[in-house]
Amino acid sequence: MAQQQRQTVERTRTMSDAMVEAIATEMRENEEVFYMGEDVADYGGIFDSTEGLLEEFGRDRIMDVPISETSYIGAAVGAAQEGMRPIAELMFVDFFGVAMDQIYNQMAKNTYMSGGAVNVPMVLTAAVGGTYNDAAQHSQTLYGTFAHVPGMKVVVPSTAYDAKGLMHNAIRDDDPVAYMFHKRLMGIGWLPAPDGPKTAVPETEYTIPFGSADVKREGDDVTVVTLGLHVHRALDAAERLAEEGIDVEVIDLRSLVPLDEETIRESVDKTGRLVAVDEDYQSFGVTGEVITRVVEDDPGSVEAVERVAIPDIPIPYARPMENEVVPDSEDIQEAIRATEP
Amino acid sequence: MSDSNQQRLGGFMTSVSTTQMKSFYEDMVTARVYEERLQEEYMEGKTPGFDISAGQIPGELHLAAGQEAAAVGVCHHLRDEDTVTAPHRPHHIAIAKGVDLKRMTAEIFGRETGLSSGKGGHMHLFDPDVNFACSGIIAEGVPPAVGAGLTAQKRNEDSVGVAFLGEGAISQGAFLESLNFASVHDMPVVFIIEDNDWAISMPKERVADSQDGSRRADGFDMPGIRVDQDDVLAVSEAAREAVGRARDGNGPTVIEVQVHRRMGHFMGDPETYRSEADQEAHRRRDSIERLAADLRSHGVDDETLAEIRERAESRVEEAIEWAKDQPKPDPEDAYDDMWVNPPSGVTDTEPNFDLAGGDD
Repeated sequence: MAQQQRQTVERTRTMSDAMVEAIATEMRENEEVFYMGEDVADYGGIFDSTEGLLEEFGRDRIMDVPISETSYIGAAVGAAQEGMRPIAELMFVDFFGVAMDQIYNQMAKNTYMSGGAVNVPMVLTAAVGGTYNDAAQHSQTLYGTFAHVPGMKVVVPSTAYDAKGLMHNAIRDDDPVAYMFHKRLMGIGWLPAPDGPKTAVPETEYTIPFGSADVKREGDDVTVVTLGLHVHRALDAAERLAEEGIDVEVIDLRSLVPLDEETIRESVDKTGRLVAVDEDYQSFGVTGEVITRVVEDDPGSVEAVERVAIPDIPIPYARPMENEVVPDSEDIQEAIRATEP
Repeated sequence: MSDSNQQRLGGFMTSVSTTQMKSFYEDMVTARVYEERLQEEYMEGKTPGFDISAGQIPGELHLAAGQEAAAVGVCHHLRDEDTVTAPHRPHHIAIAKGVDLKRMTAEIFGRETGLSSGKGGHMHLFDPDVNFACSGIIAEGVPPAVGAGLTAQKRNEDSVGVAFLGEGAISQGAFLESLNFASVHDMPVVFIIEDNDWAISMPKERVADSQDGSRRADGFDMPGIRVDQDDVLAVSEAAREAVGRARDGNGPTVIEVQVHRRMGHFMGDPETYRSEADQEAHRRRDSIERLAADLRSHGVDDETLAEIRERAESRVEEAIEWAKDQPKPDPEDAYDDMWVNPPSGVTDTEPNFDLAGGDD
């Protein structure tokens, strides 16, 4: 295999290309895999999540559905329990509200409630995130909402390389996986991505384990734990603070369920300072959870803690207000500086 | 129901064999005896004063005495590979579908060897051997039944998905959305509305526009039929056509069946909202008595009927005794069955590539 020869992978792809590549490979190898959602066939997914797949696989396997999330997500649960491997897409994660019973009470719970007699090998893909002025009903990430209920693995890629390996694992997993991709990272023509998510992507298939955080930047002074778009904003903050002599380590969680506590703790043991960053609401969410896991394990391991998240207000529309509430590089820099002795 | 349907039913009734009618009778009596015996077991240890959390069967218990005709009339047309989803009042449907009675009973008693290892209880029974599942929130089992139909279609198999729901569920979005989804793709699905007149305390006329729930089908371009009699032979006729239509690739059907609620919504329901006359009317309209009369008119003697009843009673008794002998789960078992794969998925190993530009 290529990796045994240690050839450097030069081929770069956008995050959407990488996702689609993994889906296409799985669909070629297993005819029980199919994708359904709104505007996934002819359109190719509003955020390019199924771009080009209709031509190869046809309408039976790349399936447009009625605007009716309860019915098709619930049907995906039923099909998964029959042994198929459906991928169902929530166009915007914000739309979860019209289908949350199927997600929270069946997709997530049927394995447990049946004592393992049935399982639900499906993937729920959902576009998340703001930064393009789509206001309070189309800009949320809802990481905490999805990670809160037991029974779903929750995956959040930040690069094309991670997106592909996590998607392969998600489709092959016999458990339900919520795969939350950030719109700003996909590399869509009308929604320019920052530098960073477009990475080298091996042509071969590969799986990235869940619960395995990735240290995206090593540093000795402060640990930043984050995910999704904010990996890139944290990396930007780290580069700028390097000029001030602050050496920042950036941990990309890559999955919320399971959560890689070990990588976080190892880093905090080294730096003694922790900044948790995400793009979800602050209260009862990811940032509080990350900090708690560290503190309850060893309260003495951390000298200073900060968190950066959406303040507890709905996401506003107008650019100055959205920019105010969605954490940016400066907000992260400020939080990092605040942990300095 | 129109006269022409009545005539068709009349024609069909003569074509049901006596053997088949006896088989209906046995399942219906089993389901009735089961609910009556569970009621007794359930109340043990809960009185005086009725403490829902006490006794050997904890939690809510929704019994289906009086609804047997709908379950048996439909499920006799189904095979093991056909999928049935039932609502919170599931026992009669489970019995008609052939769910393992002992393990189902053990589950209701919260035992380790129950269908769900004691994690589900009576609203969350899963028997994958006969493709049966039920769930506790109104109409939420309907989309997964459509998913089973979708699966059959994708695999080019002739199995069907059947969703049971109560008449109180016909205004729920999950049902209405599922009608549309199934109809758009002509999926092999049958929707069975069991109309027992009561959504807990709310009579149908207070909460539904149409008193004929099968008319929900009209807006979704699929056939809908109401079986106005609580009669297993009439249900069977309607279901035979609907299941056959689905199996042969001709799309979904809605059937509403008039059934009766002989007990409260749940055990312990004081039914203060319901007149004595209504309760009495429901008890008097007994589909099992109706079938017994039909059997007698086909020359089946009382002795044979008594034998069938005894067989049903001993089967139920055996299941209950077996269940009560089963071990209770260890408290630590609560932590099992979260996942079927490891939390990390199908791999626990990081791939190893040299990526140009690094991963950073």
